[in-house]
Amino acid sequence: MNDPIIKFDKVIKRFGDLTVLDELDFEVGRGEKVSIIGPSGSGKSTVLRILMTLEGIDGGVVTVNGEPLWHEEGPDGLRPASEAHLHKMRTQLGMVFQQFNLFPHMTVLRNITEAPVKVLGLSKAEAKGRAEELLELVGLADQAQKYPHQLSGGQQQRVGIARALAMRPNVLLFDEPTSALDPELVGEVLNVIGRLAEEHDLTMLLVTHEMRFAREISDRVCFFDQGRIREEGTPEELFTDPKEDRTREFLKAVLD
Amino acid sequence: MLFGFEWDLSSPAAYAASILPILLIGMWVTIQATVIGFIVALVLGLVWAVLKAAPFRIIAWPATVMTEFIRDTPLLVQLFFLYYVLPEYGIVLPAFMTGTLALGIQYSAYTSEVYRAGIEAVAKYQHEAARALNLTPARTFTHIVVPQAVPRIVPAMGNYLVSIMKDVPVLSVVTVLEMLNVAKIVGDRTFNYLVPLSMVGGLYLVMTLVASAGVRLLDGWLPKQGVPLK
Ligand SMILES: Nc1ncnc2c1ncn2[C@@H]1O[C@H](COP(=O)(O)OP(=O)(O)OP(=O)(O)O)[C@@H](O)[C@H]1O
Ligand SMILES: [Mg+2]
Repeated sequence: MNDPIIKFDKVIKRFGDLTVLDELDFEVGRGEKVSIIGPSGSGKSTVLRILMTLEGIDGGVVTVNGEPLWHEEGPDGLRPASEAHLHKMRTQLGMVFQQFNLFPHMTVLRNITEAPVKVLGLSKAEAKGRAEELLELVGLADQAQKYPHQLSGGQQQRVGIARALAMRPNVLLFDEPTSALDPELVGEVLNVIGRLAEEHDLTMLLVTHEMRFAREISDRVCFFDQGRIREEGTPEELFTDPKEDRTREFLKAVLD
Repeated sequence: MLFGFEWDLSSPAAYAASILPILLIGMWVTIQATVIGFIVALVLGLVWAVLKAAPFRIIAWPATVMTEFIRDTPLLVQLFFLYYVLPEYGIVLPAFMTGTLALGIQYSAYTSEVYRAGIEAVAKYQHEAARALNLTPARTFTHIVVPQAVPRIVPAMGNYLVSIMKDVPVLSVVTVLEMLNVAKIVGDRTFNYLVPLSMVGGLYLVMTLVASAGVRLLDGWLPKQGVPLK
């Protein structure tokens, strides 16, 4: 891939004795929509959390837009990133969480405008305008003054998506965005994500158990197993003609 | 006669009526001591909590030792210390001020724990969401953590308010004329303790009930999910 926006180069991540990512090599192209599937504990969330700078790394290099994420160029090579560097790098990334993680004491509008005003320095009016557009996009234009607990799970997650988009990230990370939802609410969230995937040149990285959806929206699907990519390919290749036994077993288990 | 009010010993009812204004003067002192002591406890407790959370052990450690020491010693010891030892070093404070300070210091050790627990109870997810949005740690603390910690902190602080109120009579040993002390003086002079002490009990009940109701009201009014931000 020439000029990937995200690149993991032999990345190692450990929790104590447990090696979660084992010299992971992984690339995502500009504007590419990539789904990550795989069994529980295979390191899917860890990949996203490392990108969102919620989790550090123990080896290798992660680059975002050509710049090391967890390192900085020093006088004699790379050194661990400072908080200032992480702050700068984070502006390119946004994340949608499994549990939504909205701020429960803030209205929907304030949830979306807080960071644009405080971090990007938008005026309140600008931020409000942007938030209203985004609420329109996710179909919640009339809910701006509500608090999260007054909304359904599906609505909350759509606010979560709007909140992440309000920071205008280049890359949007989704960690099982519909896993915490009642089945009848999954569709409305997937619709929003699907529309984003279609209409925007945003790079999207999606961890999901919704295989049909992954197949529909992805340019590429990666099957994670034990901290490595066991198999990857277009949705067609991976879902209809998996090469590896592990992939086949996994797909058989989740599709039944 | 006390504070210019004469007592009337002709009947228990007349006696009670005649000393009520005297006891109310004492009650006002009790209320003042409670409120000032509480404010000292709230402010100093926050200072302890911040110091104890400091990333440098050279700051966190002394604060931890101090609050542990305060918590494990009786209020009376701290009161005597402030009242008798400080003047030896040239620091002479009025009895009322010494007493309320001792109360506030004693309870700051407890309130610091309430702050700590309230702050730590705010979910890790909230910190992660704030970080993902690139909010600074300071902004995250003041606008994400504190508003959500307040509803957890208020009921516990309310309990300490009532406790402080009930500890105010300790201040009588350093001559503060709080309500119990006033009642005792009245008893000493009239040789009737039953009526003034019963009245102190009744008035205390009224005060604690009012304070508890106030705290419950505040607690019910505060949304559980945090101080709302529009
Ligand atoms: N903070 C942590 N401390 C210790 N172990 C952790 C921590 N976070 C994750 N792990 C472990 O790392 C492994 C990978 O976790 P990760 O969350 O990336 O898995 P996942 O692929 O997202 O799984 P799931 O489908 O269950 O969400 C798991 O075994 C998990 O228990
Ligand atoms: Mg996960």
